[in-house]
Parts: sequence; C-alpha cells; structure tokens
Amino acid sequence: MSAPAAPLTATHGRGFLLRNRWLLTRRTAQLGILALFLAGPWFGLWWLKGNLASSTFLDVINLTDPLVLLQSFLAGHKVAQTALIGALTVLAIYAVVGGRAYCSWVCPINIVTDAAFWLRTRLRINPSWQPRKATRVWILASALVVSVLTGTIAWELINPITMLQRGLVFGMGFAWVIVLAVFVFDLAVSRRGWCSYICPVGVFYGAVGRVSLVRVSAVKRDACTDCGDCYRVCPEPHVIVPALKPGDPQATPVIASGDCTNCGRCIDVCADDVFRFGTRFAKLS
Amino acid sequence: MAEDPKSHGRRKFVQNCAGLASSAGVVGLLLAAYSKQSKALPAWALRPPGALPEAQFNAACVRCGLCVRACPFDMLHLAELGQDITTGTPYFVPRDIACEMCEDIPCAAACPTDALSKDLTDIRDAKMGLAVLTGRDTCYAVARGANCRACYLACPIKDEAITMERRFSNGRGYFEPTVHADKCTGCGKCEHDCVTQEASIKVLPLALAKHDPKTAR
Repeated sequence: MSAPAAPLTATHGRGFLLRNRWLLTRRTAQLGILALFLAGPWFGLWWLKGNLASSTFLDVINLTDPLVLLQSFLAGHKVAQTALIGALTVLAIYAVVGGRAYCSWVCPINIVTDAAFWLRTRLRINPSWQPRKATRVWILASALVVSVLTGTIAWELINPITMLQRGLVFGMGFAWVIVLAVFVFDLAVSRRGWCSYICPVGVFYGAVGRVSLVRVSAVKRDACTDCGDCYRVCPEPHVIVPALKPGDPQATPVIASGDCTNCGRCIDVCADDVFRFGTRFAKLS
Repeated sequence: MAEDPKSHGRRKFVQNCAGLASSAGVVGLLLAAYSKQSKALPAWALRPPGALPEAQFNAACVRCGLCVRACPFDMLHLAELGQDITTGTPYFVPRDIACEMCEDIPCAAACPTDALSKDLTDIRDAKMGLAVLTGRDTCYAVARGANCRACYLACPIKDEAITMERRFSNGRGYFEPTVHADKCTGCGKCEHDCVTQEASIKVLPLALAKHDPKTAR
C-alpha cells in the first residue's frame, strides 16, 4: 500500500519515497520472502524450500518456527536435531533484528491486516471492540495447553499465517476463508484487532523482542511537536509513550517493549525526525 | 448543534449488532474450519514412507512440505483446508500416482522433525499402507478367470508382496492376486495399475487395513 495508513496531520516537506521508505522496504521484504518460496514451484529456482513452519535455504540451512516446534514438543514428540537447530537459528535471527520483526517484515497476514486497517481508516469505521491486551497471551497459553491435551500442534489447525503462506506456496483449499475472516475482523470488528489483540504468534516473538538488539528509538524526542502522527500509524501505540514522553527526562529513548514490531512506520511519518532505527543501547541525541 | 441522543443510540445499536454479527461470523468460520479437521486418515490417502502412526504424526509434522519438495516424482501433496486430512500434512493418492520407493528415501531424509522417521533405512521395510483385494467381483482374474495380472506385474517386490495363487471355484480354475502383508510396503503400484474402472485392489492406510486400535486411534 502506497498511501499512508491514516490521515496524518503533519505537513511534510519530504518526498513520497522518503516518507514511506520503511513501509516500502517492509513490503519489499514481505513480498520478497514470499517470492523466494514461490520461485521454486513457479520458476524452478529452489533456493528456499518449504514454508514458514520449516524451510531449507540453499539446501543447507534449516529454518524452523520455534513456536510450532514448541507445540510439537508439548504434544509429545521428541524434538529432532535438524528442527532444533533450525528453530535456534530463527531465534538468533530475531534476537538481532527484533522479535516482532517477524510480524511486520515476514508475516504475510500483516499485509492483510494492514490492508484492513487502511480501508477501515478510509471508510471511517470508528467503532472498535478492543479485547484486553492479555487476551492474546491467554490464547497463546491455551494453544500450548491444547497441544498438550490433544497431542497435536494446536495453533496450526487455525493459524492464518501458515494457512495463507502454505496456501500460496502449496495450494489454498478453503484457507482463504480464514484469511477473509481475519480481514473482516480487522475491518469491521476491531481496529488492528488480529495482530494486536489475538495472534499468539506475535506474543511469542514479542517475548524475543524484549531482548532483541535492533530497536526503534525516539532519539530526538525534544523535537516532538505533539502532532500524534506516530500514535496514529503505530499498530501498538502504547509502546511509544515510555520512550517519547517519559516521566524522567533522562529516561532511555529506546522503545523497549516487546510489542513493538520494528515496522518503522513512526520513523516514516514523523516530520521532525524524532525516531531512528538503532540498537537497544541508543542514547538521546 | 447537539446530536439527537435517540439517533445516536440507534446508531450505536446498529454498530453493536454489526460488530456482534461479525464476531460471531468470524468465530463461526474458525470453528467450521476447525471441525473440518479429521482425526484419522481417510481410506483414499496414504502417508509418505516412514510416517509415524497417525496420532504421533499429528504431533510431529510441522506441515512444512519439505517432503513434498524432496519427492523426485511429485507424488506428495499437502492437505488443503476442507479436505479430510489434517490441514497442511502430506499425503499421496496411490490411484493417481504411486510411490516409486526410492532407495535413498529422499522425502524422509528431508523431514526436519522426524515425522517421517529416519529409522526407516530400507524402503522395503516401509509400511505406507496395505494392499487389499477389495473388488473380488470386479477383478478380471478372480471374477472372470482372465489372465490379467496387472497388479502382480506392477508390484516392485516381485513374487513376494503379491503372488498369483491358483484357486478353484465351481470346477473353474483361476489365479487370485494375493497380498502378503509382511512384504507389502503400501507403495500403491498395484492400485495404480489395476485396469478395472475402479481399482479392484486398493492400498488402505494401515490403521484401517489392520484395524489395530492402537494405531487407528
């Protein structure tokens, strides 16, 4: 989507590319990863085989979703070496680039929910049911418990992320129904509902994000003009407050919350260049 | 100008109803999708070689499709939502395309979670299913005493998994394709090559053919 995700207040002196640079980079990454998976079945270029649950890159490096593997373990299956190394590799990657970077840079459902948010904003659909923030934590917990009780990888029975991605790469069946349900939910029921209140995959990667290296920081927060644009575009606006408007003026400008998806949209929309990508050790400038 | 509180209440009511209906719809859709998940493998689908028994398989398989990609004959598929197989798990339909029984078992080798067990080292020990002569009334050899032995010829474990046994019935002699369960790998070649309209010999999932409560769950 090229248009801004919400009508913004600040007037920009900057060009289109500059004020959408992270959004465009992010879309390129999301579609590029999907393209790598599709290059095999479509063009015979088998660089990346499998899907987001588990894949092999160049027939050498295995990448396995740690949450899927955790459920498999809880369901009673002994973890195999390849999958374990693959999951640790994935965890290591996200420990660097930011836990929920998975959500905004890889997950194909993000494109669906961003589209729903964009349309919701355009259509001025205001009513929104906002479940409690803890809801998704409980859903994650219940997915793990159900895995133990039923001996299956429970969340994979309905996980729209892998449904959509596997559908695109291997064949969709009725998986589009689940994708459509997520879209409608985000459009008509709950603002940013799926990713911010329901999806347990985000909670899992959010836990990784609490320690991950790359973070967004409000390094020039003194330049903030209180326009509110960053809050408007942020899928998890509560993460901004402690970094941008802390009680203590000496407090760290780093957005430390694991909920932050490192999407960088706040950097894009801020006319005063308050935000930067940096490490979790970034200081005020 | 102040808004008419009555019209505001009505709007709110409509909005709430729309919200509720949508939520119910979403939950309903998810439940419907969930209920599509079946607990046992249907009779027409088989797991790749080395697959753990169905209950364990559902805990082990992460639905990544690496076995599908590893199969040189493109025989495997991942179940799609709406099919009677756990969504995303691999299967093949022997009547469409049967297992070629590669000696290096590339599908099992590609499995990152050992849902296709690496304990299977000789493909002749595979137990993907068991061939059963389901159509004695349609089988040319049995029902008509014809010299058909398509299944026998298709069997890669020649003269061991399927033999043509001489039988007599009402003074008439014929040869009956006879499956030897200890040798049959369930590759599906016999079912695939059977010449009758509907296959007279079919490979059934082991849990179904043997009806062992331990594996049939």
